Amino acid sequence: MIDNEINYDSEPVANAGDNSSNPTTSAYPDWRKDDNTLTNAGLPDEEQEWFCDARPQPARKSWQPIEDFLNWARANSLWILAFGTGCGAIELRPLVTSRYDISRLGMQPRPTPRQANVFMIGGYVSIKTLKRIVRSYEQMQGPKFVVAVCSCAINGGMYWDSYNTVKRIDEYIPVDVYVTGCMPRPEAVLAGFTKLKELIKAGKAEGQNLYAEKFDWYKENQKKVIKDWNMPDYNW
Amino acid sequence: MSIALKIVWAFISLGVVTVWGLTLNGIVHKIFARVQGRLGPPVWQPFIDIAKNNAIRTAITHGIMFYLGPVFRIAGGIGTYMFIPVLFGSAYFSNFSMSGDILLVMYFIFFGQLGMALGAGEGGHPYSAIAVSRGLAQMTAFEVPFALSIISLVVQYGTLSITEIVAAQQGSFLNWTLFTNPLAVIAAMIAMLGMNMYNPFSVVIAPQEIPIGPPTEYQASFMGLLATNRGIFAGAKLVLYMNLFFGGATNLPILMLKTFSIYMFSVFIGAAYPRFRTENSIRFFLKYPTILGIISVLLFSL
Repeated sequence: MIDNEINYDSEPVANAGDNSSNPTTSAYPDWRKDDNTLTNAGLPDEEQEWFCDARPQPARKSWQPIEDFLNWARANSLWILAFGTGCGAIELRPLVTSRYDISRLGMQPRPTPRQANVFMIGGYVSIKTLKRIVRSYEQMQGPKFVVAVCSCAINGGMYWDSYNTVKRIDEYIPVDVYVTGCMPRPEAVLAGFTKLKELIKAGKAEGQNLYAEKFDWYKENQKKVIKDWNMPDYNW
Repeated sequence: MSIALKIVWAFISLGVVTVWGLTLNGIVHKIFARVQGRLGPPVWQPFIDIAKNNAIRTAITHGIMFYLGPVFRIAGGIGTYMFIPVLFGSAYFSNFSMSGDILLVMYFIFFGQLGMALGAGEGGHPYSAIAVSRGLAQMTAFEVPFALSIISLVVQYGTLSITEIVAAQQGSFLNWTLFTNPLAVIAAMIAMLGMNMYNPFSVVIAPQEIPIGPPTEYQASFMGLLATNRGIFAGAKLVLYMNLFFGGATNLPILMLKTFSIYMFSVFIGAAYPRFRTENSIRFFLKYPTILGIISVLLFSL
């Protein structure tokens, strides 16, 4: 968990791809129509009707004993959306096949974001990929968890000073668990998932609510680097 | 027995078949995993998945039909089950079999799939549409041998009532349809391979090519509803097959043994064979099982 390392009150980060030297004149249209709706300004007029413009709201939890049981169920039924952005994707094959077999832990790969609970980001994140990551993450239904695998997702790794690679993925979407290494072995990824299960059971993996609460901070960071924003401001 | 008591028993029996169907699904996942050299998920994994899916806090809809798709699906599952006698001779586990016959049950089997096709279509995902067209094409194809086999049974026993068909098979295992009308049983068992959608007829749900088939856009409690129906529908189909072809059951242990064995037929074939393409499976269904079905109808009607 590195949530406490992020200062959400700070100015949104400037990162790779951010060429605006003057922070007062933003290069992107505002997404805040009012407290509950978004402008969806990146969409052409004819597509405005197709998408929802509601702003995400933090979800309410159930009564605590029920929530504890549901957290246990969530921890024991993790459906993974694997986003093979880099070399980390190769580690998913040994994980699902006979040697490490994550299905014995109640986990399975799920090829659609609608049904997945865990977003596994496998490697470096280029700006072009970040757009797809944001879109897929927002399409997942909560509670949703993010596991970032490899050094590149943590600090840019060997792409530290690249012009088109973001350095910290948790400035754009909330991350629950990082797995370090270049490459981390499947054992390390399994240890990461075990840690995630502990966090879920303890009720500490609330990235979905964090994203809704700090929506403006995340959105500003995303909009700073994604220049061709031609999707809704929140992908329901 | 009063109708109120009958309704109570029908729902108890529905609960039993749901638990049994989901347990069978868990066992099947375990068997597939062991065939692939894995340990596999725990047998109770389907129950945890349903709890998890129903506990998801947000859900997205695409319109009224999208809502109704899973509702039609589970209505099809419950409808199929409600008109099948579960235990022969039992006053409690006979559901509403006196009110419906085999034609109604056949209608309910396909009702759910058609409803689901409409709902998944409104999801707007292209993969849903592809999977729905594949599913309906395959369904139309395996419907032919299945219907021929049922016609053959109806001609053989001279009745449409499932209870009377079960009654005619009592006495000795040699009275089972399996031995009195083997061609119809073979045709129907091949049709069941298509119904259960394991290999070689799994192209409808093709998990990696067209993500998980028609329910691509379904999530949260929609998914929970569909997963629950998977248990009910599997149980209902197996009980129907047991009644029609394998002499029915007079108590729950026999029912569990027979339904488990019938399910394993399609599971073992599914674990051992690769997958047909859609056109291959349609050709297959319209060839060998259909010919067997026609011969069996002719044998009993001429």
